[in-house]
Amino acid sequence: MPVGIPVEIGNRGQNLKTVEEIKTAIEAAVPCARVEIARNPGPSAQHSLLIGPESAIEVATFLQDDPELALDFLSNVTGVDWPDKEIAEKVKVTRQATKIINGVEQIVDETVEETRKRLEPGFLETVYHLYSMAKKHGPVVLRMRTANRTDRVELPSLTRVWRAAEFQEREIFDLYGIVFEGHPDLRRILMWDGFKDHPMRRDYVDPDDYEYEPTAHDEVLAKAHAHKTETGATPAPEGAEP
Amino acid sequence: MTSSATDVALSAARQEGWNRPPVIEPDGEGELLELAMGPHHPSTHGVFRMDVALDGERVIRLKPVFGYLHRNHEKIAENTSYLASMPYTDRLDYFCSLTNNWAYALAVEKLVGQAVPERAEYLRVILAELTRIQNHASSIGFLLQEMGASGTPLMYAFREREKILDLFENLTGSRMMCNYMRFGGCRVDASAAWLDATRKVVAGIPEFVDEFERFLRTNEILMARMQGMGILRPELAVNAGVTGPMLRASGVNYDIRKVDHYGIYDRFKFRVPLGDHWDIYDRYMVRMLEMRESIGILEQALKEIPGGPVMDPKAKIRGFRPKPGEAYGRIEAPKGELGFYLISDGSPNPYRYRVRPPSLINLTILEDMCLGHNVADVVLIFGSVDIVLGEVDR
Repeated sequence: MPVGIPVEIGNRGQNLKTVEEIKTAIEAAVPCARVEIARNPGPSAQHSLLIGPESAIEVATFLQDDPELALDFLSNVTGVDWPDKEIAEKVKVTRQATKIINGVEQIVDETVEETRKRLEPGFLETVYHLYSMAKKHGPVVLRMRTANRTDRVELPSLTRVWRAAEFQEREIFDLYGIVFEGHPDLRRILMWDGFKDHPMRRDYVDPDDYEYEPTAHDEVLAKAHAHKTETGATPAPEGAEP
Repeated sequence: MTSSATDVALSAARQEGWNRPPVIEPDGEGELLELAMGPHHPSTHGVFRMDVALDGERVIRLKPVFGYLHRNHEKIAENTSYLASMPYTDRLDYFCSLTNNWAYALAVEKLVGQAVPERAEYLRVILAELTRIQNHASSIGFLLQEMGASGTPLMYAFREREKILDLFENLTGSRMMCNYMRFGGCRVDASAAWLDATRKVVAGIPEFVDEFERFLRTNEILMARMQGMGILRPELAVNAGVTGPMLRASGVNYDIRKVDHYGIYDRFKFRVPLGDHWDIYDRYMVRMLEMRESIGILEQALKEIPGGPVMDPKAKIRGFRPKPGEAYGRIEAPKGELGFYLISDGSPNPYRYRVRPPSLINLTILEDMCLGHNVADVVLIFGSVDIVLGEVDR
């Protein structure tokens, strides 16, 4: 019986440094850089480096220019949306309670378990997969995070270091709403210019103002009809069933 | 068109010395003509638009516009199970559905650490190389179509492509939407008769390539219009993330089959053709030579293919839930590096599903290659990039 071929995990070149070594190298070259290692628990073991946006361009330039790393090829840029998470935790709380013990009312300490809800703020993230064409190794994965998902969604653009990011960052801007500062031509790329929302976000709601079925009927037609009468844009077509 | 504010930002960015397209000044005589080529233009390979500014015949600005086929493939895949996206990957680059299948299967196999039986790996290589041959043949056919050789060269290519598509149909049930690969192997086994039929088709391909080359290689019109046209410097190609035959025609030796050795590509002997003039003619020639190398790989694979299962018996199909983690898997698709990036949160659906489309990223430098050329050459330069809009727009 032929033996199954194990998947080549993480296809790293022989001379590629580990994430820890890359982190040390970055910290030595760019002293003010914030670098953390984000572990990947899966079998692919492609760990990533979470870098602070304020020194991202210096770090990127270093990674590209360093003769040992020589990460000259930016393969993939993408966004990830991590919405606000409500985490329910059980906390032990000690409080004073009045109890009747042996017929006498007494104040005693009592420990109870309480479920508390904590809101972990969400953020948007960009992921960069870097390879080296000169040294033929990779990938090195970089990540950057925005401060929140609503009004502080700026990240520095790496288009000036790797031009490969030009269209991909435009796509992230379009679909996730991350604003890349310093991008030479930041416009929507897949959706049309007048479009408002960012469709790849987890909390995106489909618009109801168009009939997305070729022959709209039932629910879809009712939805479109409701939208039209609500906005008062066009009167309902004659004979349209509500 | 871009607003004046964007124009100012653009010129400022260019002065800073980024790897941006050069600024071509009009010669000052006459007016600029702003022209939208597409989205319904015979040369645009589908619904693609180029907003060009022309000074006479000379292109001084070019902006690619796309998204007409956008259906948010990634969002659809995030709302469904891992396996259910497999047939949908066929629709990305609909010329090369089998390599799309492979790239996706490879990414998921990396995500869960799934092994693949040897026979399945051989079948994958055979199908991927057949795909590469038919893609390169038709892309050269389309390129000549754009040069004005209407129909005939394309039909020569399509005649050969049809033989390969018949093989695909025989094995997978569909000519173009094959949906053949699974996580941990392939869907069905190939019969001995199918392998024999494939050997017969492969034995006939060199004759086709010779014939095709004899007609084209030294054709005077072809040489006059392709040589020295649409030059892409290697530094720019690497910086702009260009991959595939485009990159190798610029003289950069980077073939993912050689670099990553994904699947079983380390077992085959083949060479990586490289260009040294970096122009359209080199791109055409690299594709021609890659077809010849693919024939070599096919011959080796068809000789060595072992028996055995085509699916890992331990592979999970129902209730497939990868453990939390992420993986980026990539292959050398006929058009360039096709990658899939997946994040799993332990649920049956991928938390993040991303396609790295070679067609889209290879378009980044379209403006750089076209500036200063005549508008008739733009069509040709665009044709030499070899894109499919199903993949650009996703």
